[in-house]
Formats: sequence, C-alpha cells, structure tokens
Amino acid sequence: MESASNTPETPDTRAAGSNASDGEPLVAVHGLTKLFPVDGGPFRKPSSFIHAVDDVSFQLGHGESLGLVGESGCGKTTVGKLLVKLFEPSGGEILFRFTDAPAVSSAEAPWDAAAIRGRLLRSFRRRVQMIFQDPYESMNPRRTIYDIISEPLSVQGMGDVQYRVDRVLEILTLVGLTPAGAFLFRHPHELSGGQRQRVAIARALVIRPSFVVADEPTSMLDVSSRAGVMSLMQNLATEMGVAYLYVTHDLAVARYMCNRIAVMYLGKVVELAETEELLRNPLHPYTKALLSAVPVVDPGRRRLAPDIRGDLATPIDPPSRCRFYERCPAATEHCLNHPHPPMEEKSPGHFVACYEV
Amino acid sequence: MTDRHDPLLKVDGLSLSYQTRLGEVQAVRNVSFELARGSALGLVGESGCGKTSIANCLMRLLPDNARLSAGRVLLDGQDILPLAEEDMRLLRWRRISMVFQAAMNVLDPVYRVGRQIIEAIETHGVESTDTAARERVARLFRMVGLDPQLMERYPHEFSGGMRQRAVIAMALSCDPDLMIADEPITALDVIVQDRILRELKAIQQQLDMSIIYISHDIAVVAEVTDVVGVMYAGRLVEMGDTSDVFRAPAHPYTAALMSSFPSVSGERRPLTGLPGEPPNLSDLPQGCPFHPRCAYATDVCRTQYPPQARYGSHWAVCWHPLDATMAVQS
Ligand SMILES: Nc1ncnc2c1ncn2[C@@H]1O[C@H](COP(=O)(O)OP(=O)(O)OP(=O)(O)O)[C@@H](O)[C@H]1O
Ligand SMILES: Nc1ncnc2c1ncn2[C@@H]1O[C@H](COP(=O)(O)OP(=O)(O)OP(=O)(O)O)[C@@H](O)[C@H]1O
Ligand code: SF4
Ligand code: SF4
Ligand SMILES: [Mg+2]
Ligand SMILES: [Mg+2]
Repeated sequence: MESASNTPETPDTRAAGSNASDGEPLVAVHGLTKLFPVDGGPFRKPSSFIHAVDDVSFQLGHGESLGLVGESGCGKTTVGKLLVKLFEPSGGEILFRFTDAPAVSSAEAPWDAAAIRGRLLRSFRRRVQMIFQDPYESMNPRRTIYDIISEPLSVQGMGDVQYRVDRVLEILTLVGLTPAGAFLFRHPHELSGGQRQRVAIARALVIRPSFVVADEPTSMLDVSSRAGVMSLMQNLATEMGVAYLYVTHDLAVARYMCNRIAVMYLGKVVELAETEELLRNPLHPYTKALLSAVPVVDPGRRRLAPDIRGDLATPIDPPSRCRFYERCPAATEHCLNHPHPPMEEKSPGHFVACYEV
Repeated sequence: MTDRHDPLLKVDGLSLSYQTRLGEVQAVRNVSFELARGSALGLVGESGCGKTSIANCLMRLLPDNARLSAGRVLLDGQDILPLAEEDMRLLRWRRISMVFQAAMNVLDPVYRVGRQIIEAIETHGVESTDTAARERVARLFRMVGLDPQLMERYPHEFSGGMRQRAVIAMALSCDPDLMIADEPITALDVIVQDRILRELKAIQQQLDMSIIYISHDIAVVAEVTDVVGVMYAGRLVEMGDTSDVFRAPAHPYTAALMSSFPSVSGERRPLTGLPGEPPNLSDLPQGCPFHPRCAYATDVCRTQYPPQARYGSHWAVCWHPLDATMAVQS
C-alpha cells in the first residue's frame, strides 16, 4: 500500500521503528485472567464463574505473529477481546510499547491497557485493531461496504474523501474482491460468507495498525482466496512491522503465518514454541492429540481418532489440578494431587505446562 | 408413495441471479444434480462461486433482490419451488434443514439457546411435551459436545465454535430427511471437527438422512461425502464419486483446488493460489469461464463453451480433460 502523507502519523516512522525495537516487546501480557459470572438467577449473586482465561502470560515482538490455537471454547477470542480492550480483565496486566507513540506518562513507560481511555483510547484504536471471528458481529447491515471499510479512516480523520475511496478500492483489490467497484456499494448481506470475511479483514487493515488481533480471519476462505489475504498480512508485517495475534484452528495456516504458536486448553496456555518446533516436536499431550487430528487430502484414508479421552468441558469453577487431567492419556496420580503445572522452558524457547514431559 | 430408489432430491436446471445497482449477478447457472436417500454430497469451490446460493434455493430462503429464473427442486418428486410460503414452512427444518454459514442468522440474541431449539421442535410437533423436547435438545447438545447446562444461556455467551455446534444441534432437532451443512465446522478445532463429523455420519446412517456438505476444505469433503460437485462461477464443472474425482480429477479447476492445499507436515511449500482474479459473475468471459486462469487453455476454450463428458463415474465440462487417456468416454 502507498503511504499516506496527509495522515497525522505517517506509517514510515512506524516501519522504521519496527526493527529498532531494542528488545522490548510490543505487547507484554502478565497473568491475564477473565472470569464470566454464571448467573444464579435474576436476584441472586453470581455464585460460579466461567474461567475463560486463567493466568495467561506471553509477549509479542514488533512485526511478530503469534498463533493462538486450541479447543473450541478454550478462551482464544476472550484473550483477543481483552487485548483490544473490548473486555476488561478480571486480573493481570497488558502493556503495549508502540515505537511511534508518545508514552503515557514518562518517555520510558509503556501503555498500560488499564489506563487507556478517552482521547488515548482513540489513539489506541488507531494502532490496535481486531478482525472478528464472526464477520456479522462487526458490521452494520445498513451500511455499504465503502462505509464499513472507510469508517476507521474517517473516525481517525485520515485523508479526504478521494483518499479514502482510493484506499478502500486498493484494499478491496488486495483481499481479492474484484472488480473492487462492483463491491463498494453493496451491503454486507449481499456478499458471500467468504467475501464478508474479507471485508472484515480489509476494514481492520485499512488504517495500517501496529497490532492486529486476527480471530480466525480466513476460516471461510478456500486456499486460493486465502493466499491473497495471507500474503497481504505478511507483507504488512515485513514492510511495516505489523504484529498479529493470529487465532486459528487451522495448523497449516498457522504454519504459514506465525513465528510462534501458543496452544490453549480451558483458559490456560499449555504450550508455546516456535512454529516449526511445535509442529515437529509437540510435548504437551493436548498438542499431540491436536496434531494427530489434522485431516489429510487423501481419499479413502481416514484420520485416526485423536488420543484424547472424555468430553469437552466448560471451565465453570474448575478444580485446581491440571486442566487437561480428565482427558489426558498420560495423566498420573501426581497430576491428580498437584495444582495445574507451571509453564517450564524445556528447550530454548519451548515452554510447556505438564508434569510428565 | 415414493420408491426407495428414487432420489430424495433432484435439482434440475436451477438458475438464480441477484439484482444489484451495478447490474445482475448470475450466481447459479443451470445447476442439476441428484442426491440419493442416506447419502452425502459435497459442494466445493472458490469463495463466491454460488454454493450458499444453491443452499438458500433449497431452503427457499432467498433475499428480496434474488430472482429464480429457471429450474425445479424436487423433494421426493414434489417441486418445492412453487409451494406457498406456509406450505414451505411445514417442510423447512422438519424435512430440509440447514446449518447456516452465519450462526447469528438463526440464533436470536434475546432468547436462551435451548429455548429456541425447543420451540422449533414443538412447532413441528416432533415431540408432544415440553419435557420430551427439552430432553431431545439435551441429547443433541451432548452429541455436539455442549454441556446441557448451556441450554439456559444466551448466544453471546457462547464462543464462535459453541454457536456453530448449537446450530448443528438445531438443524438436527426435527430429524430432517435432508440436512444442508454450509461450512459447518469452520469455527472448530480439528479434534472437535473430527468428533462432529463422526456423529453426523452415525446419525446419517441411523436416520437414513441425506447431507449436503458445503465446504472449502477439500480434505473434509474427501472424508465424509459419497459424491462431490465442483463449482466454478455459478456452474457445476465436475461431479461424480468423491474418491474418483479426487483420485483422478478431469477438470483442471478441480486439480488446481487440490494442488494448492497446504500441509502441516513435510516441506513448507510456498503458498500458491490460482493465478488471476476470481470471475466477475456479472461479466463472465466468453467460452470456458475458467480459461483466463487455466494452464491448459487453447483457442477453442476462449471461444466455445466446453461440452460435458463422462469419465468413468464422474463427468466434467472441459475441452481438454486431464488424464484423458485413462478416461472412459461414454
Ligand atoms: N460474554 C460472555 N459471557 C459469558 N461467557 C462467555 C462470554 N464470552 C465467552 N464466554 C465463555 O468463555 C469461554 C471462552 O470463550 P471464547 O469465545 O474465548 O472461546 P474460543 O477459544 O474463542 O472458542 P471458539 O474456538 O469456539 O471460538 C467459553 O466457555 C464461553 O462460553
Ligand atoms: N443478496 C445478494 N445480492 C447480490 N449479490 C449477492 C447476494 N448474495 C450473494 N451474492 C453474490 O453471489 C455470489 C454467490 O454467493 P454465495 O453466497 O452463493 O457464494 P458461496 O459460494 O457460498 O461463497 P463463500 O464460500 O464465500 O460463502 C457471490 O459473488 C456474491 O457476491
Ligand atoms: S500434567 Fe498430567 S494430566 Fe496434565 S497434561 Fe501433563 S500428564 Fe496430563
Ligand atoms: S475448457 Fe479449456 S480453459 Fe476450460 S478448463 Fe478445460 S482446458 Fe481449461
Ligand atoms: Mg472464538
Ligand atoms: Mg457461502
């Protein structure tokens, strides 16, 4: 994409800054926790909680892409919504270090997500965007595709109308919605599922944020339509230092998009490693089961039943032991009688939370 | 009375277009296929090629700007396209149901998820008491891996994949003859995918239910369907026994769909999509619509629409089918 010279902050400064990140991560998450009360009826106090995200910590560098994978309902979207401040955490902290942004208090201090409000929130939204898992969630059905994609530009006061039209046409083409003009004045319900998903991607990327939470952004796209979107996202990462938290169930996609992968199970991160290392040498029993269930295009060959027991669980007031205990094929008595295992570094950069590794 | 061997569903010459400010989008063009009772059909093809449009025709849930210009949809020999809406309402969910690509299109945000499914069951008289309906929903919830306690919760309290599973439970709630599953497992991790596909297979056999799987995931379609139809630009371009089509695709587009599939193991191949742009459904090129992106295109492809020919158990619409030496022309 061309750089926007008439914008308050030119992207070039951020691109330069992305490499000069003096080792400080863009996002640092410590002990992040989100509990949802399970209502005990209209007039009673909440008695139980869904532990959607429970004591999660990780860091994300400038221009880095961290994959987040895990079972349906394990808390991936909740982590994403906490990072973009759509949810307030029940515990823990999130710190951002934008290379181009003035620090909140002193020149050295990072942005503490808890302190971002008002004018700062607008500036935050300029830098941090989310691509929603359900593209309907984020789109007003009465607006046109042009309105929807250009909204972040107009909210941030970027460019004049001609500039916005150009940016919208350009990004529609980049996500494969061609001829772009034919889509501009359609409404979301006049698009196919995969086309709508690409509008959601275009909307998040059009202002060229520093950090994007991409929640299953290409789940409805065939490989061919996906290729364009993935290379757009990768180009933004290498050229402008855009970082991603990339939530996906598709490990093949994670392999292409992500530098590292974090595996979640019932609110906990249970394994984290560089992508190729994780795929080649999974250590946690859940990660192993997940990898063994990846389908293959081979007519007649059925994938093996994954090595996992029991049923999916909802983390309502879970016991303190290992979250995977009930379903773990490797569980021992030790696991039963001890708290959830801590994350340990088994080889450089490869972290896992399991007593039996 | 219908013969056991008559197809459950026969789609014949279906054509659908949408009116837009910038002209007509011809989303479905002369599509015909049959589906036997108890069997599973896959529909695959690029995003925007018309898969959901076909499904919406079968459910008779079309937006205002849609125009059905031709075709018949026979369910047990009865054309459902001319049916009055109130008659169609008796069939919908009860005989033909659908797992919608967009879960929020079916789930009402202000009602508890369980209540919504119980109501569908009661409307169609599938169970006579509320308790029986509730028990049925609880059983379906367990089947898709949702704790029955979650029946009391609202859609926004569900994760994306939990919503998708609730919609699968809803589509199964009235024991339909035909279920259309439009990208039913896109929001699920591979372990839960595997489980859901196994459960669907079991129900399909138990109830002699037919399923249409719409999916961009060739691996999944290869695994769960008996017959597959490959769509390009609103048309079926290849169709036949799933294993034969994927073992020896005749249409270059089918081959391209398969070859571009990335993998998690082995060499990390560069990602390749199809070259060129997706087709513009308001303005298709002359001849074979795939020719601007086809590696095998010749002059005849650029001027004349290719004929349909049969190759063993499948057929394709192409001037220069792949592996033509092995093909059995009939
Ligand atoms: N707004 C909410 N209120 C109550 N519970 C919620 C809410 N949002 C999420 N949850 C619960 O929190 C847990 C985690 O949900 P989340 O959406 O983060 O899962 P996920 O990992 O994104 O799953 P999926 O892959 O299915 O999208 C689930 O048990 C879900 O029911
Ligand atoms: N209401 C509408 N008005 C105008 N055009 C429409 C409408 N609905 C769909 N279309 C167009 O018709 C074509 C077919 O759409 P359809 O939803 O059937 O695609 P699909 O094959 O299901 O794609 P996907 O895999 O992305 O869901 C698309 O190009 C889409 O833009
Ligand atoms: S700690 Fe024990 S129960 Fe938990 S994953 Fe490891 S072996 Fe299984
Ligand atoms: S008819 Fe020609 S252009 Fe079309 S798919 Fe066959 S070889 Fe390719
Ligand atoms: Mg989610
Ligand atoms: Mg669709």
